[in-house]
Amino acid sequence: MTVLNAPPRSHAAEAATEPPVPQLRKRSFRQRLKRDRVMLALVLPGFLFFVVFNYIPLLGNIVAFLDYRPYLGFIDSVWVGLENFAALLSDPAFWQAFRNTLVITLVQLVLFFPVPILLALFLNSIMSKRLRKFIQSVIYLPHFIGWVIIVVLFSEMLGAGGALTHFLESLGLPGFNAMNTPEFFPFLITLQSIWKDAGWGTIIFLAAIANIDQELYEAAAVDGAKARHRLFNITLPGIFPVILLLFILQLGSILSVGFEQILLQRDNVGPQAGEVLETYVYFNGIQGGQWGIAAAAGLIKGVVGLALVLGANKLAHKFGHEGIYTSGKQRR
Amino acid sequence: MANNVVDRPLRWRNSKRSERPTWMEKPHPVSLIFKLLAIALIIFLTLYPMLAVLGTSFSGQAEIAQNNGLVLFPLHPTFDAYQTIFSGGVVTSALLRSLLITIVGTAASLAITVAMAYGLTRRDLVGGKFFLTAALFTMLFSAGIIPNFLVVKELGLLNNYAALILPVMISAFNLIVIRSFFQNLPQELIEAARIDGVGDFGILIRIVLPLSKGVLAVIGLFYAVNYWNAFFSAMLYLDADQWPLPMILRQYALLGQPMTDGANTAEIAAPSQAIQMAVVVISLIPIVLVFPFLQRYFTKGVLTGAVKG
Repeated sequence: MTVLNAPPRSHAAEAATEPPVPQLRKRSFRQRLKRDRVMLALVLPGFLFFVVFNYIPLLGNIVAFLDYRPYLGFIDSVWVGLENFAALLSDPAFWQAFRNTLVITLVQLVLFFPVPILLALFLNSIMSKRLRKFIQSVIYLPHFIGWVIIVVLFSEMLGAGGALTHFLESLGLPGFNAMNTPEFFPFLITLQSIWKDAGWGTIIFLAAIANIDQELYEAAAVDGAKARHRLFNITLPGIFPVILLLFILQLGSILSVGFEQILLQRDNVGPQAGEVLETYVYFNGIQGGQWGIAAAAGLIKGVVGLALVLGANKLAHKFGHEGIYTSGKQRR
Repeated sequence: MANNVVDRPLRWRNSKRSERPTWMEKPHPVSLIFKLLAIALIIFLTLYPMLAVLGTSFSGQAEIAQNNGLVLFPLHPTFDAYQTIFSGGVVTSALLRSLLITIVGTAASLAITVAMAYGLTRRDLVGGKFFLTAALFTMLFSAGIIPNFLVVKELGLLNNYAALILPVMISAFNLIVIRSFFQNLPQELIEAARIDGVGDFGILIRIVLPLSKGVLAVIGLFYAVNYWNAFFSAMLYLDADQWPLPMILRQYALLGQPMTDGANTAEIAAPSQAIQMAVVVISLIPIVLVFPFLQRYFTKGVLTGAVKG
């Protein structure tokens, strides 16, 4: 979706952090309405935006249960129940896309997820403030570069006539075209994600490290703890809640692997390796006009993602961590 | 004064730019070398692709062929590629379109986000909880490509630049960042203004906004980057002659399609390597230009929204 993936603040946490303002509560509803008219007028355009472009499309998922015809519209299209889902689940291309998606996510989870943590630990170990700031600004930059540019950069570097191939050939080795090798595709995607976002991802871990009480380190050092002991007994436990939080959020997007990124490169490796759920939805729905089936695929993707976030969060609660939101019960 | 004597050794240590706490052991020289190598590698991997693209865009055909495709330091720099690009035609108009979409989009996004965020700062706003929850909820899921497309289509926004702006106008995350920032402003100032008879809107314009320039600049950058880089929405909703820069870049540099003149569709030629790279460079320039100025606000801005959660 957006470039910004960050933990949401929940309704429950919101309620808990804001103490009630008793003296204001005395006013009647009408009085409050009158007092708030300017503020409400400011909120409404934004609210309207969320309704039109977030909630109405949510209802639009009803297409998954229709034999949707664009000229008939939502209301006059024929209701087909679960037929679209049945067609979808018996389509081998869907399962291929499903499998590709899982493979890519898994590779991303294993290879991408730890990188920002390691980078943050590394940056934290750099003593010179100036050098650290410089490296930070360098590694933040790619986050703001669009996928089209990144794919171009990668094909210049790793493509058929790219820098890597020429380098290998100059060493007398066979060239390697990373852009067109289907087996390499999940790793290519992950490499690109690392290049783009690993640096940006360090921000949150660096902040978590900075929040650790410095006296803990001092005390540990006095007790004779070596650097690696301090790392494993203070730093890592200190940032563990943040790691867990980001991991849960990552699970939520397990079925959404960078859509734009993959769409740009799918044709290089063909649908066998390059089709993921989102490109399946795009090509079948918007390109192919199979609105119902594509919407059904999108719906499955969304529901699985949401279920995973909520499930992982439940699990985190079970183990006594906060997760992405706290249930009201826990806070009180 | 007496304190100074005690402080001095500490200060002296600080002034040497080494911030190593007294209790931390000195690193082994070997690990220091590895660390420096790692730093060099990280910086190289990040900057080399961009610099190589920049160099190539200033090179002539012969030099590019000699170097097998990429030139880091052109020995005979030429502006040919840029001249071709800016002599009118597809790239120039796509660039202008992208600039326009980015400027209008960012302004609209900031205005509507700030308004909503400020409105939601009132703690017992009528329906405030409901509005806030509605916005937050959208962070957990989105509807998917098909329903979004159908809504834009039903609204009659196809082939309209508004289709690139309206559906992504507010990000709930940015809304939360701005709202938290507003809530952390000194309330005394706002109370004082209220007692002086300034209305809600006046407080926003005269007090809150002037105090929020930093965070607004960062959020503005986040929005601007999204608009500047958007290619998928352009692909979905716009005609080929309306395409912004990223779509043109995709056509030329990724698909290697011939450059066509916007007005008459006579094919000119497949764009040379230098021209492709020049298009990359002009797509990168705005980001690289703004980036250093906003860099120092990032951490604060991102964390206001994130760590609190």
